[in-house]
Amino acid sequence: MADIGGASTDDKRSYYFYMLPGAIGFVVIVLIPQIANFALSFTSWKGVGVPRLVGWHNYLRLLTDGQFWGSMSHTLLFIISMTIIPVVLGLVLAALLFDYIRDEFGEAVSSLFRAGFYLPQILPVTAAGVLWGWILSPVGVVNTILDAVGLGGMAQNWLGDATFALPAVSFVIVWIQVGYCLVVFMAGLSRVDPALYEAAELDGAGWWHRLVTITIPMLAPEIFVVALTTLIAALKVFAPIFVLTSGGPDNATLVPSYLTYYHFFTTQRVGYAAAIAVVQTILTVVLAVIFLRFQARQESKE
Amino acid sequence: MANVTLSQGSNSFADDAYQPPRRSPLRWVVLFILTLLLLLTLFPFFLAVINAIKTAADYAVGGPLSLPSSIDFGSLQKFWNVSDFSRKLVNSAIISITVAVFGVLISLFNAYAIGIGRIKGSRIFLVIFLLGIMVPQESIVYPLYYMAKATGLYDTQLAVIIIFAVIQSAFGTYLLSSVLRSFPKEIIEAAEMDGANRWQVLWQVVVPVLRPSLMVVGTFFFIWTWNEFLIPLVMLVSNNNQTVAVAMGLTRGQNMSDPTFSAAASMLGIAPTLLFFLVFQRTLTRGVVVGAVK
Repeated sequence: MADIGGASTDDKRSYYFYMLPGAIGFVVIVLIPQIANFALSFTSWKGVGVPRLVGWHNYLRLLTDGQFWGSMSHTLLFIISMTIIPVVLGLVLAALLFDYIRDEFGEAVSSLFRAGFYLPQILPVTAAGVLWGWILSPVGVVNTILDAVGLGGMAQNWLGDATFALPAVSFVIVWIQVGYCLVVFMAGLSRVDPALYEAAELDGAGWWHRLVTITIPMLAPEIFVVALTTLIAALKVFAPIFVLTSGGPDNATLVPSYLTYYHFFTTQRVGYAAAIAVVQTILTVVLAVIFLRFQARQESKE
Repeated sequence: MANVTLSQGSNSFADDAYQPPRRSPLRWVVLFILTLLLLLTLFPFFLAVINAIKTAADYAVGGPLSLPSSIDFGSLQKFWNVSDFSRKLVNSAIISITVAVFGVLISLFNAYAIGIGRIKGSRIFLVIFLLGIMVPQESIVYPLYYMAKATGLYDTQLAVIIIFAVIQSAFGTYLLSSVLRSFPKEIIEAAEMDGANRWQVLWQVVVPVLRPSLMVVGTFFFIWTWNEFLIPLVMLVSNNNQTVAVAMGLTRGQNMSDPTFSAAASMLGIAPTLLFFLVFQRTLTRGVVVGAVK
């Protein structure tokens, strides 16, 4: 039925016309700026006048920049709060809600839990940041509670103390991220045949056993996808840092995105900032390519 | 920021048909622990609300954990006026709605060419689109800032609208083309036989079928744009143009010594999204699972 004489390749070509708005937009808004940024990373520029070519100078400076390496090492730590803890918590919660709560208390109860845990994920991060900034402030809620239960000695300036700022920010990030993992995992579980669970239950497999032998293997694709997307997100953490700590105190919570922003718009060292952004981009692209290959393999399996 | 499964098919098995064999008291323990965790997750919202409606004097006496002795809108009013919140709400709404509409339109056109037209190189287009939006926005923000200044679009909402309509649509293209790839070919061929041209096929055949997916994608575009921070922060410098998310970001640090004011600020910053969430809860948590990893 396909090509009836005239439905020729010529006809097919008119589909390209529909790509025009999207393609032009993409070239102007994403591609050209991306290339420009790459080019800028080889220059020294204050944002006005003509950029001066400096070759690899910016990249060489990166190698010995303590702030840069500090920010990179914080990114590694954020993998724990962006990826590892949310994935583990999300798995346990999803399995509990899907395989236990839903059976025992019904769909509505399980949906209610899911919605509640998901809520922090869709807030503007900056609004959540204002909230947590107040809760964690020296005279904030956390310290008030500690005081009230007689642990006043443990009270801290959570965001203003170099020792505690990174864990405190990480805690807020976990709070934001768990919902994302939970929702993806629960959607994944809906394609698992419930007969599998029933059979396992009849065989006397406990909840934990079902989690390890059914849930986790069945969710392998989702776990992979969530892990990669959150890893990519960990490389880009910006808003929580901007709102909660501005990278401080003493650079204790500095991340690459904030460092880039700082050099672009505060110190006006545009070329240097561009170089940091390029490093971030390369790392992201590596992860993204792994992700896309995986997606393609999944698609061909289906 | 990918991972999308646009599967709106609900699970076909009936939930109540299955009766578990035994009901142990353990179920209450599990429910209790989960409820505790949920309350812990939602506790910050509760704190924001009870402190936003307290007077400063009330706070000074009872601290952040006590319930307000009377309801007072003073702090909320103060933040509303200081931040010109109505303006921020209107700005966010204008930007987000426009981006949602144009983002969906561009995505639809792209997906039509890729999913139904099966144009050559569609796989490469998709990969480039996706890579383009996965990379950090830091790597395009400065050139965009420079371009906006050069074209006179700096500090205009139009700049933010154009940028996000394009960025979101790259993502929407990915979503919708996978839906359209499984669109029954016979329907389109039948319409073509009836003499419908390409444009008519799109609007009279494809769009009606695709409408639920378009709504879902539009809902996400709206909320993502509402929450965007870096690019609006850089582009919208004057108070009159800023969005809710930017206003929130700039509230940090200020007035931390005024706790009821901070609580009021966070409550107002959260409220619109909360409302939106209550209305679109099912769409947001179930119909589509979209990684809002930005």
